[in-house]
Amino acid sequence: MAATSTTVASAGPSRPAPSFVQRLRSGDQIAHLITFGAAVVVLLITAWLVFELYTNSVLSRNKFGWKFLFTSTWDPVAGEFGALPFIYGTTVTAALSLLLAIPLGVGAAIFLAELAPPRISDALTFLIELLAAVPSVIIGLLGVFVLIPILRTVEPSIRAVLGWTPLFQGPFYGVSVFSAGVVLAIMIVPFIISISREIILSVPGDQREAALALGATRWETTWDVVVPYARKGIMGSIFLALARALGETMAVTMVIGNDPKIKASLFAPGYSIAAVIANEFTEATGDLYTGALIELGLVLFGLTILINAVARLLVVSTTSQGSAR
Amino acid sequence: MTLHLIRRKTVNWVMLSLTGLCTLIASGILFFILGYLAIHGAASLNWNFFTKLPTPVGETGGGMANAIVGSAKLLLLASLFGVPIGFLGGVYLAEFGGSAFSFFVRYTTDLLNGVPSIVIGIFAYTVIVLPQKHFSTLAGGLALGVMMIPIAVRSTEEFLRAVPTSLREGAMALGASKAKTILTVVIPAAKHGILTGIMLDLARVAGETAPLLFTSFSNRFWSPGWEQPTAALPVMIFTYAIAPYEDWHQQAWSAGFVLLALVLTVNIIARIILSKKGPVPR
Amino acid sequence: MHAPNPQPSPDMTRGTRTLQMPMADDSRPAADAASKLSTDHLSFYYGDFQALDGITMKIYGNQVTAFIGPSGCGKSTFLRTLNRMNETVKKTRVEGEICLDGENISRLEVSEVRRRVGMVFQKSNPFPKSIFDNVAYGLRINGLATRATLREKVEHSLRRAALWDEVKDKLNQSAYGLSGGQQQRLCIARALAVDPEVLLLDEPCSALDPIATAKIEDLIFQLKSSCTIVIVTHNMQQAARVADYTGFFLLGRLIEFDSTTVIFKNPARKETEDYVTGRFG
Repeated sequence: MAATSTTVASAGPSRPAPSFVQRLRSGDQIAHLITFGAAVVVLLITAWLVFELYTNSVLSRNKFGWKFLFTSTWDPVAGEFGALPFIYGTTVTAALSLLLAIPLGVGAAIFLAELAPPRISDALTFLIELLAAVPSVIIGLLGVFVLIPILRTVEPSIRAVLGWTPLFQGPFYGVSVFSAGVVLAIMIVPFIISISREIILSVPGDQREAALALGATRWETTWDVVVPYARKGIMGSIFLALARALGETMAVTMVIGNDPKIKASLFAPGYSIAAVIANEFTEATGDLYTGALIELGLVLFGLTILINAVARLLVVSTTSQGSAR
Repeated sequence: MTLHLIRRKTVNWVMLSLTGLCTLIASGILFFILGYLAIHGAASLNWNFFTKLPTPVGETGGGMANAIVGSAKLLLLASLFGVPIGFLGGVYLAEFGGSAFSFFVRYTTDLLNGVPSIVIGIFAYTVIVLPQKHFSTLAGGLALGVMMIPIAVRSTEEFLRAVPTSLREGAMALGASKAKTILTVVIPAAKHGILTGIMLDLARVAGETAPLLFTSFSNRFWSPGWEQPTAALPVMIFTYAIAPYEDWHQQAWSAGFVLLALVLTVNIIARIILSKKGPVPR
Repeated sequence: MHAPNPQPSPDMTRGTRTLQMPMADDSRPAADAASKLSTDHLSFYYGDFQALDGITMKIYGNQVTAFIGPSGCGKSTFLRTLNRMNETVKKTRVEGEICLDGENISRLEVSEVRRRVGMVFQKSNPFPKSIFDNVAYGLRINGLATRATLREKVEHSLRRAALWDEVKDKLNQSAYGLSGGQQQRLCIARALAVDPEVLLLDEPCSALDPIATAKIEDLIFQLKSSCTIVIVTHNMQQAARVADYTGFFLLGRLIEFDSTTVIFKNPARKETEDYVTGRFG
């Protein structure tokens, strides 16, 4: 039948020259391929990193096996290496930093989320988040020249109150596990504050209203209702902070005292995994020594991956806090 | 008022004041750091610092010119390596993602971001320094580049995702292919966010010391090309701070001030740009 | 929805409970009787915006009073002034007086006011705690129970809220495991635990299905004898079913306040009549 339509459009979609279509299609393919390639590169680099850590520590792993993790000798001359003093130092400094940073951080987060007027809250949070951008070596600089002198003047008072426990006995020369803990606390507190504040802000208003309507005071509302509601996210921020504390190198290296021994007292110098790698890597003679240090790196890698995984489970992403926000 | 109520009200007042104190302390720390560095560092900052090489101990008039240039070279290398991979990876996740593979990539990116910087330094060491048997700017640049990747990926992805679907659909409805849409519409719409994300990324690695300790190592002189060890600002701060010489300590303060001023300026500018543009780029 | 003469039709009565029909006056407080709550020229401002204008009314003890009116008329705002919940929002201002048993509530301790005048919200908001701990919360913070008496009081409140039988075997489970209607009754139990003299209900059934709604309306009827109830509702039929007194609000003013049957059958004001007959709203 003759078409009565006045249009001259053909029945199907217009067909441009094949080469143009092909260019279009392959343009998408190329884009997909290139970006896919970049994503694969990310995977490859990470895998390569693990591979290199593993293979370059082979001498040490073969010689010491799992005992490496439990041996406390660190004797480069004799070729005896054990990770325990560093695991101990890393753990203790991290624990101390959390002990200091959690009350400070959660307290500040509560103030900023519940009490401060929005403009002040935003301004102060901005400042506190800037603290997270201060390079580790600069915190270390202040640690060495400001914090340690302060701690030396404060130390007698601490000893007076807490000197009966083995934690605060023995001579204090400034560089110590305690100083490292304080320095770490300064570095991780912004993360706890920033994330916890956001989490607390997102607690639904009707939870607070319900508590207030029962006659609760503001503190009771915050502590009994809001904070428990935000518990998971706050825990996530703490694990994130812990992961950072474990991997921190420079500030700790500068104030911890670099002594590979396990001592009960916090006033004694110590050593962390990151610090020993930083200090001794370039002076390590022989492949076994270097291998042992790399094996320590592997241990640290495993530790931080684990803690970050837990933090992630608690719905906190390690990268989104570092990115522009 | 019952005694019980009085107690509750007191607890209320005390605890809330304590939280205010915590905030004061936390925000005060930054001011303290800034102030201290300004006083001790800025004071002895002079032209020599920026133009002269380090002098032997005891001699005055030295500077950190080589460290400044060294840091600049390292950052250049780091961006050349880290930004394309990070950016393109982010584009992939935002525009072509959605499968199990992209979940895996995202997870790995997060993992890589959590790796301590010193471990990344070990990686660069085993991959470049060992085979070459010497320290180099290249190795340091690679280490920093690897550190830049995860943040570049996530930041890019975030800002691309924030571009409204309506924009993409508008372009595609006009016949643009997916690739063309991304290139001509989506990325331009997200460019402020992505650029500031990269700026912040750079500022972060600019302050990193640990991965440089056994990759680019250090150098008392100029480091021509890419195959020699080089001085870098953060490493100089570290070295000078732990040394027993008073004038080196002074130099460390100056260097610290310069580094901090740079890092914080970039951070402040980036955040201001972002807060103006908002999470959804226009 | 638009019955010209809104005589509550038979299908709106339920079960064995029949609608409150006007009865002999001996069951009603006299017009000049002392009220449980009263307001005198109450005005309320959000910043510069005046949300309530010169409201004067009495709420009688052991009766159910309903507030009706179109959206935005101020009925919820008014309700929230009665237990000083409006103070949780910044930049608000109250003028005029609100009295509880003759005492100006702004001169009383706010915690005390809120304990005596309880509130249940539109959307149920149980705490992320167990059922037991939800009900116990008010008792604990107000110091109203010892360890020995706590269980007893929690059970008593849950019984008053007609929830006990449904939850008695799972008191330690999370409150979030309950259905919407159960959660709302839990919130009622939680509010009742501190033994309030007045219970304010802000559209308590708007998020619930008809069966859950019916249960709560039955509950209101039972609670009346031990408590004064004030309910805000956008559902006129609900007001007609449960309330002894009804106040009609419009644009921040109390247009008319009278016994429910008068409001619905024989309103004095034209605006009231227009609203209840569905000519607008």
